[in-house]
Amino acid sequence: MKVLVGVKRVLDAYVKARVKPDGSGVVTDNVKMSMNPFDEIAVEQALRFKEAGQVEEIVAVSIGPAKSEETIRTALAMGADRGILVEADAEIEPLAVAKVFKALVEKEQPELVLLGKQAIDDDCNQTGQMLAALLGWAQGTFISKIELGDGNVTVTREVDGGLERAQIKTPAVVTVDLRLNEPRYASLPNIMKAKKKPVDKTTPAELGVDATPRITTLEVQEPPPRAAGVKVASVAELVDKLRNEARVIG
Amino acid sequence: MATRADFQWQDPLLLEQALSDDERMVQDSINRYCQERLMPRVLEAHRHERFDREILNEMGELGMLGSTIEGYGCAGLSYVCYGLIGREVERVDSGYRSTMSVQSSLVMYPIHAYGTEAQREKYLPRLASGEWVGCFGLTEPDHGSDPGGMQTRARKVDGGYRLKGSKTWISNSPIADVFVVWAKDDEQVIRGFLLERDMQGLSTPKIEGKFSLRASLTGEIVMDNVFVPEENLLPNVAGLKGPFGCLTRARYGIAWGSMGAAEFCWHAARNYVLERKQFGRPLAANQLVQKKLADMQTEITLGLHACLRLGRLFDAGQAAPEAVSLLKRNNCGKALDIARTARDMHGGNGVADEYHVIRHMLNLEAVNTYEGTHDIHALILGRAQTGIQAFTA
Repeated sequence: MKVLVGVKRVLDAYVKARVKPDGSGVVTDNVKMSMNPFDEIAVEQALRFKEAGQVEEIVAVSIGPAKSEETIRTALAMGADRGILVEADAEIEPLAVAKVFKALVEKEQPELVLLGKQAIDDDCNQTGQMLAALLGWAQGTFISKIELGDGNVTVTREVDGGLERAQIKTPAVVTVDLRLNEPRYASLPNIMKAKKKPVDKTTPAELGVDATPRITTLEVQEPPPRAAGVKVASVAELVDKLRNEARVIG
Repeated sequence: MATRADFQWQDPLLLEQALSDDERMVQDSINRYCQERLMPRVLEAHRHERFDREILNEMGELGMLGSTIEGYGCAGLSYVCYGLIGREVERVDSGYRSTMSVQSSLVMYPIHAYGTEAQREKYLPRLASGEWVGCFGLTEPDHGSDPGGMQTRARKVDGGYRLKGSKTWISNSPIADVFVVWAKDDEQVIRGFLLERDMQGLSTPKIEGKFSLRASLTGEIVMDNVFVPEENLLPNVAGLKGPFGCLTRARYGIAWGSMGAAEFCWHAARNYVLERKQFGRPLAANQLVQKKLADMQTEITLGLHACLRLGRLFDAGQAAPEAVSLLKRNNCGKALDIARTARDMHGGNGVADEYHVIRHMLNLEAVNTYEGTHDIHALILGRAQTGIQAFTA
């Protein structure tokens, strides 16, 4: 089985995001960038399938600026076999990403596409669902457990109030949630080996995808600073505030 | 129109930008391991003077041991990468970095550089994986800065040598499986020998009561006529240049590592003075405090960029040992000073181990002293520019 894994280059999870002075977006120059943490979990899962002999090839795909090759190299250093970089300088939206993946799926013929449930920069949480719809494939989203079967895949989804287990047919698109696994660290020998693994480069245009943004960002703002807390004199006052101000009790 | 460039307070001269993609990947991967796996263990390890043996296996799995060696299960990284790794490990603890440095620069390096092919194949893969622990015996109770005066003797006997003497302040010795020991032969020439744990007459008492590097083990190597077979002699080096070749590499790593510890202290002090309020305002609002932060930032920035330059020279085969002395001396001294200042800026809380700065401060006392004290490196630099040695009368 061949697996396609999406790896997006995003602002590192531990960096405090700063809004550009003109409000057009978030500062990314000279800021640490990393692989989207949910995508790392997707890569890890693909690696575990490969180690269990259930998967033969893992292809890591990134769509974004040329620097995204670094993110692909990280996936290769973790153990993916090869990479595809789809270079796109402009902001690229989930629908365009899904269309690029669709084109790559038609070319590569994987039986499984593993994606993070969302990217931590735009928090869109749309690509996986859109891709499944475009391909007419089954989808399993927000999964915390996955088992490969014969012609199917069983996923456990974290839903409100419990866990939902579903069996879906392959080929399928699966988006992974936080608790699926703990990604490994890229070992130093594997980082060196990753330099020799192939990374193909293409563009949305070459794949026949129009990646022009359809959404205009009007303004990006810092979240409002948290207001200072208040001290209450009595339990009665606390209950009153909880009921009438915070409205958290009836 | 040129716009004003953004100032990165943590990285004023953009060191990150001066690294290659591979170097950054090495740094990021090791940073995550250190912060996620080492940092949570270090408080207890230091408090109870406990060394977690499995750390070596973890480091081995990630390829952190002997990482500059090509082949034999090693990663074959550049010396810049080796330095970056040291910085990340020492950001957590100098003891952990010491354990790694000893295994890499003082045990694996001499076996690779001075050993036979059979010795390399026997020892390097197991040291690289962390299955075996190594240590390096040069310092003696009466010969620290003056190793040329060592008293350990290797007497030639049938089929090998008999080693007699003792070594002290040896990192990892209490649990070591392999010992690189330097001793004088019958012709008074310093030679290197590979000793193994089960050799008759070898013992390794632990040194108790250390107030520094408590998360790594330190001990003695006592040799009571230990028989070492001929095939365990390191054949390709004689004289002090053997141990010094190892020390140059380890000292280079320490120059980077000490900056990692200093960075931790600086960031911790900055956070503390921003959060701690006295007289109705943060401590950071005081000029005295801001000057200290500016000094830390400046010294660390200069120290790190100098390290990167030295690393590039190392990789080009152009790093003179004296240049390594310059940075080992400068960076350890500055890091110790920064740690003491950070401890002071933490006020009373600074003496509690939960704030970590006092641990770094205590560690750096050893780091400033081992592998050539601050003053000894000054003498090396003084000799190099005047042509006059000031070690002896």
